[in-house]
This record gives sequence, C-alpha cells and structure tokens, in this order.
Amino acid sequence: MDFSTFLIQLLNSLQYGLLLFLVASGLTLIFGIMGIINLAHGSFYMMGAYMAFSLTALSGNLLVAIVVGIALSVLIGFLLEWALFSRLYKRDHLDQVLLTYGLILIFEELRSLIVGDDVHGVPIPELLSASIQLSETLSYPVYRLFMSAVCILLAIVMYWLIRYTRLGMMIRAGSSNREMVQALGINIDLIYRIVFGLGVTLAAFAGMLAAPVSSVYPGMGNQVLIICFVVVVIGGVGSVWGALVAALLIGLADTFGKVIAPDYAGLAVYVLMAAVLLWRPEGIFRRI
Amino acid sequence: MPLPARKKRNYLPLVLLVLALFPMFGSGYYNELIAKIMIMTIFAMSLDLLVGFTGLVSFGHAAFFGVAAYSVVLLSPKYDPANLWLVLPAAVFTGAAVAFVVGLFVLRTKGIYFIMVTLAFAQMIYFVFHDTPLGGGSDGAFLNVKPELRIGETVLLDLNEPMQFYYIVLAFLVVAYVFLRVLLRSPLGHALAGIRSNEHRMLSLGFPVFLYKLAGFVTAGGIAGLAGFFSACQYGFVTPEILSWHQSGNVLLMVILGGMGTLNGAAIGAFAFVVLQELFSALTKHWQLLMGAVIVTVVMVLPGGLSSLPQRLKGLLIGGGNRNG
Repeated sequence: MDFSTFLIQLLNSLQYGLLLFLVASGLTLIFGIMGIINLAHGSFYMMGAYMAFSLTALSGNLLVAIVVGIALSVLIGFLLEWALFSRLYKRDHLDQVLLTYGLILIFEELRSLIVGDDVHGVPIPELLSASIQLSETLSYPVYRLFMSAVCILLAIVMYWLIRYTRLGMMIRAGSSNREMVQALGINIDLIYRIVFGLGVTLAAFAGMLAAPVSSVYPGMGNQVLIICFVVVVIGGVGSVWGALVAALLIGLADTFGKVIAPDYAGLAVYVLMAAVLLWRPEGIFRRI
Repeated sequence: MPLPARKKRNYLPLVLLVLALFPMFGSGYYNELIAKIMIMTIFAMSLDLLVGFTGLVSFGHAAFFGVAAYSVVLLSPKYDPANLWLVLPAAVFTGAAVAFVVGLFVLRTKGIYFIMVTLAFAQMIYFVFHDTPLGGGSDGAFLNVKPELRIGETVLLDLNEPMQFYYIVLAFLVVAYVFLRVLLRSPLGHALAGIRSNEHRMLSLGFPVFLYKLAGFVTAGGIAGLAGFFSACQYGFVTPEILSWHQSGNVLLMVILGGMGTLNGAAIGAFAFVVLQELFSALTKHWQLLMGAVIVTVVMVLPGGLSSLPQRLKGLLIGGGNRNG
C-alpha cells in the first residue's frame, strides 16, 4: 500500500467513523439520559436518507432538502416521544425493545408503501462535486471531506451544548436524578422531549448527509443500527466521548479490514467488540 | 382486594388430546401450520427460560436456532437421508455449543448491554453464513433428503412423511416441555429464579451466578437448536434469514405476547404469532405493517401479554381490578 492509498483509506475510515458517531451519539444520549433502548434508531437514519432523496427530487437542491428534512425529523421525534416513548420511561427494557421493534416494522413498510423498494441515488451538490488530485491516478472527493468537516463541527457543538449551556446542565442533571430535577422546578418532560428530538434529528441528519455517497436502499437503517450498538457497547452506554472514540476505532477496523481481508471484513468490528468485552465489559468509557 | 384463590384448571391434557387428534380431521395445510406452531413453541419456550425465568433479555436467540438448522443441512449426505439418531443430537449440540461460546462473552454484561451484545453476536453469526460460502452464502442451502430414523437397515420413521413429521414434532414438544418443567423445579431452576429476582443477593449467598447463567444460556441454546432442527426439516432449506434479527425479534414477541415466565404462555404466544402472520400475509404483502401495529398496541395497552387478558377482563367487570397488571 503506497502513501496516497493509505491516506485515502485513512480519510475514508475517518469519514465513516464520524458518520457512525452522529448516529450512535443520539442512541447513547437517549439511553444515557432517558434510559430508553431504541432499536428504531436506525430507522431514523433510513428516514433521513429517504427524505434527502424525495425532497431533493422535489426541490432539486440537497441543501433545501436537508433544511426541510431536519424540521420534519424534529417534528417526528417530538410526536413519537409524546405519543409512545413518554409512556415507557418506567417500564422494563423489554417493553422498550418490543415497542421499538414494532416501530421498525412499521417504518420499513411505510417506506415501502410511500417510496417503494428500489435503490436510489442522490446527486452530489455541484458546489461540492469536485475531487482533490492526490497523485497521477488517485483523487479524493471534496464531498467526503465536507461530510467529515460537518460531523466534526456537530461533535464540537454537541460538546459545547452539553458542557457549557444551561440546557446542557439540565440534561446532565436529568440523567442523574429525574425527581430531584423536577423538584427544582425544571420541566423534565420537556427536557426529555428535546433530547429525544435531538437524537432522532442527529440520526436523520446523518442519513441525509450520507445519502449522496452511500445510495438509498431498503434495510439501510438496520445495518447502521447494529453497528451503532457495537459502537455504544465499545464506547460505554451513555458516554458521548466514548461513542466518538469507538466510532473512529470501528471506522478504522472496518475500512482497513476491507483492504486487508475483504472476505472477512464484516467480522472485524465484531471481533473488536468481543475483545473489548473481554477487557472491559462496561465499555472503554463509562459515563458522559 | 385480591380475588379468592381458586384451584387452577389444568387444560394441558385437553390441549395434548386436541393436538394428537388434529391430523385426523385437518387437511395438509393445517397440519403443516400446527406443526410450525409446535416448532415455534419449542423455540419460544427456550427463550422464555432466559427472558421469563432468568431475567436475561436476549435479542439474539435466532442464532442458536439458525446454526442448528444449518448443521442439519451441512451434516446430511447430499442424496441420502441422514440418520435421525445422528443429526438431531448434533443439531441440539450445535445450538448448545454456540450458546456456550457466545455466553462466555455476553454473560459478562448486564441489562441493556446484554440486549445489544446478544444482538451483535447474532448478527456476527448471520454474517458468517451470509458472506462466506460455508452454508451457500446469501442464497442458503437445500436439505435434499430429510432425515429418517434407522436402526440397522430398518427405517422406523421418515421425516419426509408429513404425518410422521407431525407426530415426531409433537413428541419432542412434550419432551421439551417436561424437560423444562423438571428443570425449573430443580435446584438449577430455583437458582435461576433467584438470579432473576436479585442477582446481588445470590452472589452474596455464594452462588456461582455466572456458571448458573451460563448453564441456563446453554440449555436455552440447545432447545432452540431442537426447534431449528425441525424447522430445517419442515421446509427442506435454510437461508441466512432464519438467523436474522427479525427471527430473534419475532420469537421475543411470541414470549411477550403469551406472557413471559410461563411455559404455557410461550405456546399461546407462538400460536397467536403464527396465526396472525398467516392472516396478515394473506391480506397484504405489507403484512409487517399490521404486525408492527399489533406489537405497538400490545406493548402500550397489554403489558402482561395475551394470557393476562382474562384476568384483566375480570378485573374490569368486577371493578377495582389491577389495571396495570
């Protein structure tokens, strides 16, 4: 492997890892703060990608599609939290697993009814469609660099939001003691609704961002969901920082696994997970 | 005020009688359907041992069912029937052995981790069959000739015969049921129940909790393997889908539908699920939409499962019943 190939793979793994982080951070936040295990999280990623496809086809512009898509995702998140999830906080994980499993089936069929079962592509916006020449034969698309940059920016914003804002303070307090926060006069139900909406939007946004690169296909959400579980298990449930490190690790393992042993690359991430489980059953990082 | 205790009626002999007589009246299609329900009951009971009796919510139980089904296909000779004496124990052993290895990893975790890790390991096994040529890749593989029970040269039973298949499945359903009943009353069963209600207490009492859980996990894997064996024999082919997470989700659904923690509940759940699946898929190709709606409704309004329904109705009629079950 010469240097430019290595660089390309490194950039790819970084981009994949960062994208995974966006999805997984929502999952880990929803669990860490609200105590909800959400299997339907991958469906939100799928929804985002399909929204990017349909809305781009309608408006002809990915940016418009993303803005409208984000608004829709926030709305969907609020609605779901209000109608279903808010009733499950006190229930077993088992009920949450089952409810969200049911939701996956519903979302997949609705997707099939509304958009169909075909594989679609979303064009890369013209502004970002160039490539950077690395050597005579190898180049790297600007859009992928743009994706990584957006993900890093979002990660920084999230860190700032949770660490340094009043809302972040309330969120952190709510994750450690719901009753106490409520007793202090903070509307914890609203905080939960915001966190859930944020998680849904992060996943859907990741789907929209990835749509031009990965194409849009049925079942894309489930694939991401399971990898995100691996990310959360490696990083530690509830830890956003852990999710970042784990997502980057998985990006590396998956991308270089595909280069080194293409037939068994699918297994690389699970081997990584098994190793972490042996070493630290509760993940590398434990809490926010 | 609790209702006065009443002696519970035992419907078991009646159910058995109906199952035994059913093929005399039912047509081929219904026999096959009932056989499928019985196979799924075995599968659901094995998961209930973990979810209902030990408190381990496994979301990867299809893995053991699936590898056992694959083992039948891989161990059978290409054009001759395999011997039941050989392939049935082999399938059960495969399910148990895979559960042992997976259990060593997943049982180190608890609660929500356990759910995610079991799912991830099951998915890893799914990829092994989906991506490598071991079991025919994503196309799956055919079981050309179904196993038969031979002693020497005499063929005693042939799984190719639908009637014989039906009764063999029924017999093994009874075996699995009795086995689990005995197991639950054994010291192991009591220890598992203790782990379910308070793991720390069991640890402080000096119980090797990890070993007990592993024993439960391996047993459940072996019984799931038994179900997988019959499933492969019923349809004559296997695809990676039988170890997909949808299968894991569906069997978990059966356990919940029927009400977990009772072996009879597993049977009710399997029956309800298979019948609903048949009804819905006859209605529309988007049957999963209806199934999803049923799941959401059950979780939201019927947390105790279908078997809690009579109690609930009674509570409603008499008034002041425990509405949250």
